[in-house]
Amino acid sequence: MSDNRIDTLTRRQFVRAAGAAAGGLLVGFNLSACDSGPVSGQVTGDGPLLANTFIRIALDNSVAILVNHSEKGNGAYTALPMLVAEELDLDWSSITVEPAPTSPEYYHAWWGVYITGGSTSTGSSWGPLRSAGAKTRAMLLEAASRYWETDASGLTTAGGYVVDAANGRKLAYGDLIATIREHDIQPPESVMLKDPADFRIIGKDRRRIDAPEKVTGKAVFGIDVELPNLRTATVLRSPVFGGKVKSFDASEALLVEGVVKVKEVSSGVAVVADNFWAARKGRDALKVEWDLGSNAGLSTAAFYEEYRRLVDTDGLVAEDVGDVEAAFREFGDSEDSSIVEAVYELPYLAHATMEPMNAVADVRADRCEVWSGTQFQSNDRRLIAEYLGLSEESVVIHRSLMGGSFGRRASTIADFTLEAVEVANGESFPVKVIWSREDDMRGGFYRPLFVHKIRGLVDGDGTIQAWHQRAAGQSIMQDTVFEQAYMADGIDVYSMDGCVDQPYSIANHRVESHNPAKVGPLPLWWRAVGQTHTGFAYESFLDELAHAAGRDPMELRLELTRDFPRMHQVLETMAEAVDWGSPRADNRGVGLAARTAFGSFLAQVAEISVTDDRQIHVDKVTCVIDCGRAVNPLGVRAQVQSGIVYGMTAAMTGEIEIEEGRVKQSNFHDYPVMRMPHMPEVVVHIVDSGADPSGVGEPPTAPIAAAMTNALFDATGERVRKLPLINQGWRFRS
Amino acid sequence: MTKLYVNGTEHEIEAAADTPLLWVLRDVLKLAGTKYGCGIAQCGSCTVHVDGTPVRSCIAPLASVAGKQVTTIEGVAEGETLHPVQQAWLEHDVVQCGYCQSGQIMSAIALLERNPDPSDAEIDEAMAGNICRCGTYQRIRKAIKAVASP
Ligand code: FES
Ligand code: FES
Repeated sequence: MSDNRIDTLTRRQFVRAAGAAAGGLLVGFNLSACDSGPVSGQVTGDGPLLANTFIRIALDNSVAILVNHSEKGNGAYTALPMLVAEELDLDWSSITVEPAPTSPEYYHAWWGVYITGGSTSTGSSWGPLRSAGAKTRAMLLEAASRYWETDASGLTTAGGYVVDAANGRKLAYGDLIATIREHDIQPPESVMLKDPADFRIIGKDRRRIDAPEKVTGKAVFGIDVELPNLRTATVLRSPVFGGKVKSFDASEALLVEGVVKVKEVSSGVAVVADNFWAARKGRDALKVEWDLGSNAGLSTAAFYEEYRRLVDTDGLVAEDVGDVEAAFREFGDSEDSSIVEAVYELPYLAHATMEPMNAVADVRADRCEVWSGTQFQSNDRRLIAEYLGLSEESVVIHRSLMGGSFGRRASTIADFTLEAVEVANGESFPVKVIWSREDDMRGGFYRPLFVHKIRGLVDGDGTIQAWHQRAAGQSIMQDTVFEQAYMADGIDVYSMDGCVDQPYSIANHRVESHNPAKVGPLPLWWRAVGQTHTGFAYESFLDELAHAAGRDPMELRLELTRDFPRMHQVLETMAEAVDWGSPRADNRGVGLAARTAFGSFLAQVAEISVTDDRQIHVDKVTCVIDCGRAVNPLGVRAQVQSGIVYGMTAAMTGEIEIEEGRVKQSNFHDYPVMRMPHMPEVVVHIVDSGADPSGVGEPPTAPIAAAMTNALFDATGERVRKLPLINQGWRFRS
Repeated sequence: MTKLYVNGTEHEIEAAADTPLLWVLRDVLKLAGTKYGCGIAQCGSCTVHVDGTPVRSCIAPLASVAGKQVTTIEGVAEGETLHPVQQAWLEHDVVQCGYCQSGQIMSAIALLERNPDPSDAEIDEAMAGNICRCGTYQRIRKAIKAVASP
């Protein structure tokens, strides 16, 4: 589908604009400029290095690769070094990874800010990191040719050595550093990248580089950071979003052994102690009087009511192809056509990362150091500098490993990092603020609650003639620094992602958006963002239309995607992989959903079993994905499994409810998540389209809910339009 | 002062008797491999062995483990040689963010010690208390089976 409206909403354009709006230092990231910095001859305590922006080779031939994307389970610390290692022909065991510092040469190559998100770590690094590797290799080849006084054309590289093909002699990269310095060898302006047919590392399964420290308990997450004199704090926050401290009585808290200080901060009252347990007990002993503010009456039930009303009214037009109204007029009255209407409802969701939020801050008069598991360090740094009245250069962010993130740690307001700075400000010691699970669950950064209403028309031939969708839910971008870049004509691109610009040919297709007021919790990107709700609504409704038309859901999608070859190929692969259409037992169902998300194309088939007393077990999920070139297929399969599990929790049990301004859920007993016994067999097929790498981390979360509920319909004839399933009396088979 | 053996070493701990073992390990002994995930025995991140039995250290007060043998993730390898379960975790590329994995490994070791060849149902039962938000369950299952039947 295409018309001018879509053009204003394509992701890539927003993405470019975002870079420009946010400072845009490196939009259009010019690699040669990065690489022509101080390339050789930097002397550190360990001796001279061959160093450029991303690569540091030491005399002993060890190689550090600076990675400018967070490692939060996504595998960036493995996949990104693979790009360098491929072009530079490194010995994998010589590689270590360092988080790249918060300076502009490390900002996101497409977006011009230091961020990990949008499933872009590999895609945005694909050019820059391979070039960095290839240019470094060219320098080493030149150095060896000078050293041996031989023509460079006879030289090659392998496993960290330059090799002379004529006689087999070789030189370690580290041993060429002196020659590079002596001759002041500079990186070439441009360089040939490897022919993919010659790849030895890219495209081959590679185990994670960070696994050894993670199976031995040695990996340092934010919560594990240790510093001399470090204190631990917990913060008592308002039970209602936006509530303020009226007064507090710390006398009993201060009696708890180990409590050193109680202070008010903007988020509440902080109890600073020698250790976590004292801080926690001190907090329990606090007495705080709150001014609950205007949100004390807030409830999710009221949000649903309001949004249901909204989707009955015209919204802002996000996409308008053909003439929906004319189609309904033309076909609507004919006897053999059918009009279907459905409303889909999705709740607020917490990210519930395994590691609750935390951060460490050390604030001195003229500088501030922060240790944080963050996805968005340039934003954190800017906000910290603003808050402390320091220059950005005086704020140093050490990015730690993070125990999951799923979007939560890319905070538009730097919330948990800035809070630690605020608690540590004015103290002579560094402070680690740890959120309890309850703090984290009730923290108020959620996937926004959404209501979608769709009206569709199928003609007598079973062709979808019209699709009219309205969505209502809070905008993530509105009222943030990203508003200008990510909103056009009042429409948030993230709210609509997944219901506009989909690879289905429907002649008359209109999508409208309502952005209700942003009150209460702060809506935030949550793995797959808009696709988490649009994917459910869109793919459920497609199934409903298929049923109304008496058509097979796979066959219908195959027809709709005829003009979209990559999506079509994915569906064809799926039909074969699962032997679509094969008979199944009475208590079993099969459901299909497909998506274009984060530049990738994917389909999922869920096979489920149900019992008469409404227990459900997902036996198997097959996922076919075309994510461009799969740099690390082992990692891609892991992310697909991961995304499916994450989405299954949301479909089955995930829900944050608010009553009288207070979040009902608090911990894993009342926000249940998927566990081992619920795990389906996940089978992944990667379609190799030869395209450049596209997103992998988020796409698999997008289709799974609809695949499950479509399977449920197949098994039972019951259509679930409101998530989570547990509220419809369904539960995981025990 | 409470006496405690952790990974074979005797410690005299000075901490309030109600301090959960988890925070004794992390804040007093600086053994940070054992993780805080929920604090109410719901997630399994804090799993350690006490006298050989898997225990959620977040709800085990210091007083309750006085004089006992505690094994943490830091104590399961023999020097440089990883425990077979850790080794299997590497071979099957189980970890993602890794935050839950200390607890997963401690639960898996305990399972295999009492049942060297568990069925799928027995794996489900033994591992149901350990949440992984990254969804590594499939590879955990494979790794456990690999150790069970090498
Ligand atoms: S932290 Fe102990 S079970 Fe979750
Ligand atoms: S690996 Fe991230 S929670 Fe399990």
